[in-house]
Amino acid sequence: MDGSGPVVAFWLLAAVTLVAAGGVLVSRNLLHAVLFLILAFIGVAGHFVLLSAEFLAMAQVIIYVGAISVLLLFAILLTPRAGRDNGETKAFPVGALLAVALAAVFLFVINDTNWKTVSESPALAPEALGEALLTSWVLPFEIASVLLTAALVGSIMLARTAEEEAEDALA
Amino acid sequence: MALPMLLTDHWYDIRDLSNLTNPLLDFVGDNISSELAYILGPLIGFIASFLIFVLPSQLYVGVYGERKLIGRIQSRLGPNRVGPFGLIQPIADAIKLMQKEALTPKTADTIIMNLAPVVFVAPAVLLFAVIPFGPRMIVANVNVALLYYLAVSSLPVLAAFMAGWSGNNKYSLFGAMRIVAMSISYEVPLVLAMLGVVLFTDTLSLQGMVLWQKEWDIWVGMLMPVAFVIYFICVSAELNRTPTDIAEAESEIVAGYLTEYSGMKWGLFYGMDIGYALAASAFAATVFLGGWSMFGLDKIVPPWLLLVAKTHLFYMIFIWTRGTLPRLRIDQLMAFAWKFMLPVALANLLLVATERMLWVDAFDSKQVFLFLFMIVNFASAAAIIYAWARFLGYKPENHPTKPRLVKEAGGYVPVGREVR
Repeated sequence: MDGSGPVVAFWLLAAVTLVAAGGVLVSRNLLHAVLFLILAFIGVAGHFVLLSAEFLAMAQVIIYVGAISVLLLFAILLTPRAGRDNGETKAFPVGALLAVALAAVFLFVINDTNWKTVSESPALAPEALGEALLTSWVLPFEIASVLLTAALVGSIMLARTAEEEAEDALA
Repeated sequence: MALPMLLTDHWYDIRDLSNLTNPLLDFVGDNISSELAYILGPLIGFIASFLIFVLPSQLYVGVYGERKLIGRIQSRLGPNRVGPFGLIQPIADAIKLMQKEALTPKTADTIIMNLAPVVFVAPAVLLFAVIPFGPRMIVANVNVALLYYLAVSSLPVLAAFMAGWSGNNKYSLFGAMRIVAMSISYEVPLVLAMLGVVLFTDTLSLQGMVLWQKEWDIWVGMLMPVAFVIYFICVSAELNRTPTDIAEAESEIVAGYLTEYSGMKWGLFYGMDIGYALAASAFAATVFLGGWSMFGLDKIVPPWLLLVAKTHLFYMIFIWTRGTLPRLRIDQLMAFAWKFMLPVALANLLLVATERMLWVDAFDSKQVFLFLFMIVNFASAAAIIYAWARFLGYKPENHPTKPRLVKEAGGYVPVGREVR
């Protein structure tokens, strides 16, 4: 991939991602914010494609756009009055402080890391990724899945009321 | 990729349509600029696939064929007024839709409401990029084509959600919530079924799957009947086809997320519903029915014609189920996904993984064993489905046994079933 194509694509994607991320911050309506967030996720997926990491890009779209954003939409719909009037909140100074601190940490890390440039695309093929996940990184992988299962069981426990249990026992 | 084909490179060999376009692209790349050729290639691919396949199929299999066939199923004639046998009906429909007024409710979220049809159409076009129409006829030969397909086909759900939410209408919102809940539930067994296919064919690329099926002279649909059936059910749930179209069930919630749409904005949703069904059929034909290969017939008949034929055949099953099955309730559908299809998909995955291991390690990848596995899988499919439905499965509630909010509304509560 040489020529001006990737450069143009990079700047276009960067613009889309940043504008969408800004939209998440400034939109008053939470649902608009989620839609902007989805656009930002898609922009990030485009960046993964530019980095020859097609698998990561597709995983990004499937997981973040197809699953997590949809769950966010669900959460917003099920919360009364969440869709309107979210402009002002008392936690604004704390939130701003946290955001600045987080940005500082990120900038520090980005600035401090010794970024390497490679001439050819690294081994990000799905085969290599799968092998790495199931051999050298199998413990973190398993811990993540156990954590997800625990979260699933916990959310079911929280969501079920005593009346529902009684009703289901009756049936 | 070495292709054991009898195809030639002459321009008149229409068995491979890239023979026509490649000289043009080479000319542009050599004489004008390579970047222009880079852009022109996909453009030609998209336009060709739309002219040859999508548009005619959409009009004559999707609109005309579906109406005619469902008409015959319901002892009607179907469209028969415009043109011979009503053949110009879909074009007349399109013209009618275009001149209708597209209303927008006063309280609607105008931007999102106008954006939703656009967001709905774009992924339908993108889905056809990875479908291989022939050994060299593929717009984007991505090595993660299967994931690409799954990723892109999860986008229209968001568009449907936007449509349902922006109308500011109770029934639209119900439809939107239903479609989101359904697509989340049915994506799980679908991905598990696809995982079995990926395990056995050892590739994520759709072209690679077709070549695998060509090499071993067997269709994945025969090898894994359970995965095929699960794919069909899940995809018809995600596409809102009639036995499972509770998101736009007109007897319950007007038209679901399309309630506030009219004119061509509604037309885009309607047309692209067919587009998605066609894309899903093309995907099924590619993954489960051998794609453009047909046990050697693809050396004589143009491979792209074979794929189109298989796609239309698969689409006929959609029409058939739509015309003959009654609509299910939402609780039945959700329970079916989680309590029935998920365990069956897991059992299928376990079986297929074991067979794959045996086939490679113990049987030296011999073809005979594929046919043996085929028989074993058909038998086990029947056994798993029958056993699960008979002994462990969800029993459909013909009349609700759990009275919820019935007494409050003055309804009948059977004795012994009172909820305290």
